[in-house]
Amino acid sequence: MSKHTELIENSVGRSVPNIVNGKDQIPFQGVGTYKPHASKHAPPLRSASDYPPDGDKRVPDLRTALEKCGLKDGMTISTHHHLRNGDVVALMALDAAAELGVKDLIWFPSASFPCHEPVIGLMDRGVVHHIEGSMNGPLGEYCSHGKMRGMGVLRSHGGRWQAIQDGEVHIDIAVIAAPTADAFGNADGSHGPSACGSLGFALADSVYADYVIVVTDNLVPFPCVPWQIQGNNVDYVVEIDSIGDPRKIVSGTTQITRSPERLLIAEYVARFLEDSGIMRDGFSFQAGAGGIALAFVQFLKEQMKEAGVKARFVRGGSTQYLVDLLKEGLTDYILDGQTFDLAGVESIATDPRHVATSPFTSYNYHGKGNFASMVDAAVLGATEVDVSFNANVNTHSDGVLLHGIGGWQNCLFAGCTILAVPSFRDRIPVLVDEVTTMTGPGELIDVIICERGVSINPRRTDLIDRLEGSDLPIRPIEEIKDEVERIVGGPPAKARLTDNPVAVIKWVDGTVLDAVWQLEESSQ
Amino acid sequence: MPRNAQEPTSGRGEAGPQGDDVRSDLHVKVEFASSGGLQLQLDSKVGSMYGDAILDTAGRVLRELGVANAHVAIDDKGGLPFTIAARVEAAARRAGASGKGDPRPERTIAREGPSPRDRLRRSRLYLPGNQPTLMINAGLHHPDGVILDLEDSVHPDEKDAARLVVRNALRCIDFMGAERMVRINQLPLGFEDLKAVVPEGPDLILIPKVERAEQVVQVDERMRGIRSRGGDGHAIWLMPIIESALGVENAFAIASAADTLVALTIGLEDYTADLGVRKTQEGAESHYARARLVNAARAAGLQAIDSVYGDVGDVEGLKSWARRSRGLGFEGMGCIHPRQIQPIHDAFAPAPEEIEKAQKIVAAFDQAQAKGLGVVRLGTKMIDPPVVLRAQRLVQNARRMGLIAEDTDH
Repeated sequence: MSKHTELIENSVGRSVPNIVNGKDQIPFQGVGTYKPHASKHAPPLRSASDYPPDGDKRVPDLRTALEKCGLKDGMTISTHHHLRNGDVVALMALDAAAELGVKDLIWFPSASFPCHEPVIGLMDRGVVHHIEGSMNGPLGEYCSHGKMRGMGVLRSHGGRWQAIQDGEVHIDIAVIAAPTADAFGNADGSHGPSACGSLGFALADSVYADYVIVVTDNLVPFPCVPWQIQGNNVDYVVEIDSIGDPRKIVSGTTQITRSPERLLIAEYVARFLEDSGIMRDGFSFQAGAGGIALAFVQFLKEQMKEAGVKARFVRGGSTQYLVDLLKEGLTDYILDGQTFDLAGVESIATDPRHVATSPFTSYNYHGKGNFASMVDAAVLGATEVDVSFNANVNTHSDGVLLHGIGGWQNCLFAGCTILAVPSFRDRIPVLVDEVTTMTGPGELIDVIICERGVSINPRRTDLIDRLEGSDLPIRPIEEIKDEVERIVGGPPAKARLTDNPVAVIKWVDGTVLDAVWQLEESSQ
Repeated sequence: MPRNAQEPTSGRGEAGPQGDDVRSDLHVKVEFASSGGLQLQLDSKVGSMYGDAILDTAGRVLRELGVANAHVAIDDKGGLPFTIAARVEAAARRAGASGKGDPRPERTIAREGPSPRDRLRRSRLYLPGNQPTLMINAGLHHPDGVILDLEDSVHPDEKDAARLVVRNALRCIDFMGAERMVRINQLPLGFEDLKAVVPEGPDLILIPKVERAEQVVQVDERMRGIRSRGGDGHAIWLMPIIESALGVENAFAIASAADTLVALTIGLEDYTADLGVRKTQEGAESHYARARLVNAARAAGLQAIDSVYGDVGDVEGLKSWARRSRGLGFEGMGCIHPRQIQPIHDAFAPAPEEIEKAQKIVAAFDQAQAKGLGVVRLGTKMIDPPVVLRAQRLVQNARRMGLIAEDTDH
């Protein structure tokens, strides 16, 4: 932490730094309170006459492309995470930059995965200064131990778009891995040997970056249709042998949990949706790819059939289970942010009712509204939830940074936000007095469903009324938390943390909701 | 400090599972030493949160067992306190510790009182005795009973460790109203099991592979012996499992062997093996044995309880087995997965028409009683006393299953 940085308390009582990586910050002021006045950020003007009239923007390799983009020290390079743990393009780009001898880059991925662990070496060597994006596994450990030179900045998918659009993040060069592309730069994610479905996370980068490089292993003659990324935004196209490992890009199948407790949670979620009246003709919900999320969809599906209702739309991460709903006529549309399995990829490529969305349509704070608040119910997970319904998805209870925010914060704006979580994992309580890190404020979290019961946020008197007479085990959250503490032998010792912030958690509007603190090094 | 003669100075022992897929459990290695006190080394995935608590638990158990000097290595994957105590005790005992203290974890669950003799026993969920992870949340699925199993689901080399897990579970796990059953091993190993679990007050003991009445008598007598030296005095019921052709032949004698018997059940895997036939989905090969068992149980005033349905994925098969089972006169069956509980409860529930008819019969009987009439009539039909009895039992069961509101008679 630099000498000039001070810690200030935001509106939810969390202590946050006022300066991050040299930029002044605005502390969180409450949901929907901060409304900046300015024009949207824009990339430099270009002239079509500077681009090849035959549309062929190919260059031999990434290194050449980066050189032509004017890569220099301190620039911000962005990548997307649709290739998930199979991605090789982000590392290839950063390695090419290292070969060119540049230093102090800011890597701005839409998310990172364990496959990106080698970025640690690039940070050690000074090539990468810091990461603004999710940091999982080894990258999270690296950051938590205070080894990253800059401060990590974690944003939601919508927050990433917001930061790009209001100019908080200026992308110098966007490197976009494309499962299919033409030489003009039109690109598509739903076809090709490395197909990943949607390319929505790269859309903002393609529109707002100074320079855009498309990297593909499946070059097709113009036109590449559909063009999820428009070649008119693209500077250079690079053809390589493989953009990633297809087996790690999408799993062949996504698995429903077999754990009896998780199935019980899923069953409670489905019953809650019915008993609360949310499940009705024309409703909508969001489901991810976690074991509980997949399972509740299966329970809900049976209930929908029995009641004879269908959804207007469901929001993915799409999987086989959502695709089945579409095929069986139980939903009119899938609005899909990312595609998790082969069935999802196949469906988005062939079924016009399976629509690729982007964080702009779904989540962006600077949009004139977005889809997130139009969804009737979102079912999400968390690593910790406290008795005030605040939740943490970023750090482990020992304070280590473990996960990104993803679309989680954005989904909290659904009509009913349900966190479906086990009440404890191994010995570690998920229900706690106070979250280690606040990723979402309790005022947006409506229901906690665990294997020991269903807790409704006291603010939602409407839901409490509607659940009157339900035979679900509806219980105060404190009561379940106390029960869990009896089972695990008392509350856990507090995480041992220093007062040095190593990362900040941004809210969807760009204000600072919380900080992640450097771990105290144990004396062992 | 003078050394206590009981303190062991050499010997080593290990207990608990190892490996990356272990969850909520731990591995403990104990090696006694002649000096140096207790050297505890802990590697735990929850160490930063519960490290001190784990070391406290381990130290307490070792001291109670009279271990003063030892190197102890704990590889913990988030075991709960009752599991930690069981694994440390098992490792220390395997190393040779035999102190006379009380290494049991503090009792956190009070026993509510005796389990009613004729309570609902539709579902009993098998929980392998050496897998504490599966026990922790078992009550949430609301089976009528849980079976902490020391017999077939426990490897012969792990009987001692499982006994400690089960003993501690009876003290510390809230099974949320499920009847707490323990399946002991065949005698004489089962006597060791009884010594460990009977003082903890389980509700019921399942005796495996019973072929003769004498086996039940032996268990009953041994339990009386243990209980006369302590325990809370609540009844502990017996349920023999008949698993052979000879057992079936002796079913009535077995069912009448002790006044603590409440139910008789059958194990079809072993029974069909004994006959030398394949166990089928329809169960024709065991029809005689099951019918005979029901008859013997009813003749002795016991509940007849069916075996398990082995295919967890086949819910429809389970449902139709359970419906046939109820039709034969069984009052419940075993479960090997929590997801089997609800289908079984549904299958053993009387249909609404049955309940309605039974309620009418009971009402007619009550009216006749009130008027001092000896003959019960419903419409133009005369109702025989056994029909009344059956109707009364059905209404009572339906009420306990929550199928009739408590405060209404009709």
